[in-house]
Amino acid sequence: MKLTSFLTGAAMALGLATSALAQDITKVGFIYVGPIGDGGWTYEHDKGRLAVEEAFGDKVETVYQESVPEGADASRAITQMALQGADLIFTTSFGYMDATVGVASKFPDVKFEHATGYKTAPNVSVYSARFYEGRAVQGHIAGKMTETNIIGYIASFPIPEVIRGINSAYIHAKRVNPDVQFKVIWAYTWFNPAKEADAATALIEQGADVILQHTDSTAPQAAAEKAENVITFGQASDMSEYAPHPRVSSIIDNWAPYYIARTQAVMDGSWESVNTWDGIREGMVGIGEITDAVPADVKAEALAMKDAMAAGEYHPFTGPLKKQDGSDWLAEGEVADDGTLAGMNFYVEGLEGDIPQ
Amino acid sequence: MDLSSINPTLLLASLLVAATPILIAAIGELVAERSGVLNLGVEGMMITGAICGFIIAVETGSPLLGFIAAAIGGALLSMLFALLTLFALANQVASGLALTLFGLGVSALMGQGYVGIKPPPTPKLDIPLLSDLPFFGPVLFSHDLMVYFGIALVAAVWAMLKYTRAGLILRAVGENHDAAHALGYKVVRVRLMAIGFGGACAGLGGAYISLVRVPQWTEGMTAGAGWIALALVVFASWKAGRVLLGAWLFGGITVLQLNLQAAGVAIPVEYLSMSPYLITILVLVIMSSDRSRAPASLGRIFHASG
Repeated sequence: MKLTSFLTGAAMALGLATSALAQDITKVGFIYVGPIGDGGWTYEHDKGRLAVEEAFGDKVETVYQESVPEGADASRAITQMALQGADLIFTTSFGYMDATVGVASKFPDVKFEHATGYKTAPNVSVYSARFYEGRAVQGHIAGKMTETNIIGYIASFPIPEVIRGINSAYIHAKRVNPDVQFKVIWAYTWFNPAKEADAATALIEQGADVILQHTDSTAPQAAAEKAENVITFGQASDMSEYAPHPRVSSIIDNWAPYYIARTQAVMDGSWESVNTWDGIREGMVGIGEITDAVPADVKAEALAMKDAMAAGEYHPFTGPLKKQDGSDWLAEGEVADDGTLAGMNFYVEGLEGDIPQ
Repeated sequence: MDLSSINPTLLLASLLVAATPILIAAIGELVAERSGVLNLGVEGMMITGAICGFIIAVETGSPLLGFIAAAIGGALLSMLFALLTLFALANQVASGLALTLFGLGVSALMGQGYVGIKPPPTPKLDIPLLSDLPFFGPVLFSHDLMVYFGIALVAAVWAMLKYTRAGLILRAVGENHDAAHALGYKVVRVRLMAIGFGGACAGLGGAYISLVRVPQWTEGMTAGAGWIALALVVFASWKAGRVLLGAWLFGGITVLQLNLQAAGVAIPVEYLSMSPYLITILVLVIMSSDRSRAPASLGRIFHASG
């Protein structure tokens, strides 16, 4: 009798303890488009997740799912995460946009954060980084350093974020090297090392001596290294294992402060739907070390441009700029507004080829 | 549009490189399927081979040892599949899918410390005179040995299936395992060897990606190549020669479409992107409109009592 009542008491205490624990712990979920070891995009998001764990310790529990395909399967993965009791879910690729909004409407008490998209809801925020600021720095270095005047660009999907990057890099390469030509390959994948390497090789074989990439793996870096006289830039992550050559600089996404702030907001109950678009100034976009493979004067100019953007004195899309078809876009001194940038679906003047529709 | 910027010599040379991983993996799967075993774990065995080969090549500095280790790694993983399907009589489709998931996970675990490391370069064939020939030199005589190994393997498998007693037994087991069993052939043993061969080939194909084609280790780096190899076997109607053709078509059009894009050809990119899949399937389906069909016992569980 005593034993049974003791056990019942213990069980009740345990039950109370776990439910109390469950209330204290904020569960944060992450949906990734690639594996966490891709060395690029997903790797940086996962660093953000680890920073959340570090910052909140026992008060937070994080879960993630890797390599979730964009499309119908994403809804399943996000739903599952919401059903598991996540309080806050970050969906970290453009292609999860509709799935995120769709699942969010069924779970009004769960907060959702979608990266690089533009659809919001009362419980869906969007956040992105102004990667095009980093592209401007890349374009400048690329334009200065190319000897064949051909710059290869491995693009992923024809979405505004990618098109902004191409335009920004081209504008700044052209400004310092009027003869520069961009060759763009649409890989239609975020992560496929073999295909990315093939694309880099095809561009190099056609004369490109600078490779810019908007895909997530380090494969183009390895392909450039094999080809020797080619330079590259780290994408999303520093990719410093390929420095000082071929990787001469990089764009680094730093999601940690944002992830920590948003988790804190959920804990405080102060979370509300926002549209965040931060750049170099706020620290969400970082420029990786410019190596000695870049001449000192080019490096100094690149850093000056970075500082000007950090200080808010320079915007990469400053007129006069025309669209590819020759029509006017921005007048002298005019700066592109965020709305146009967010939905950018055109090339600037001088770029060849069409954007796949 | 500037087609002159595409160099046909370099294009043909890259075609062979792009085709090799799926070629080797597909020829291994072909042998397994001809023995009546449908192993959907090719992707998992490839990625396991990719990391096994990468680790050993980095640690020993020898790409050759790396490839051997990749074959062993792939074969070991395939033995897990053999254990489940041949001895525990589990469903082949489910076991194969499980093998892929397991392989992806175990390779990610093994590869933890190997991200961002460069493997030792795989030497390329360099025959004086022959390798210096214009056009033919770069296209035919200046690849790494695995490219030639892949082609030789196809020839060997073709000859084995067509002309040897071992090939006949393998096919008999795949067509009707009960009859083969009644004739006294060891169905389980034959299938065990076929699965092991398939695993070793998949491992080699994976290591070709991590050691030569990319070359680096990244989680999930095979990115679906195993599934393409699987599809290739079906569309090649289980014939070795057609697997070679299919792999070259697929690899060739993949490289060609990237080159066409870079050259700015006025074909919509969407069509270019789907062209490798579309054309390969189309050609092989048209070719298989003869009476070729799947091995009759493909995917069926064998038990000596039956």
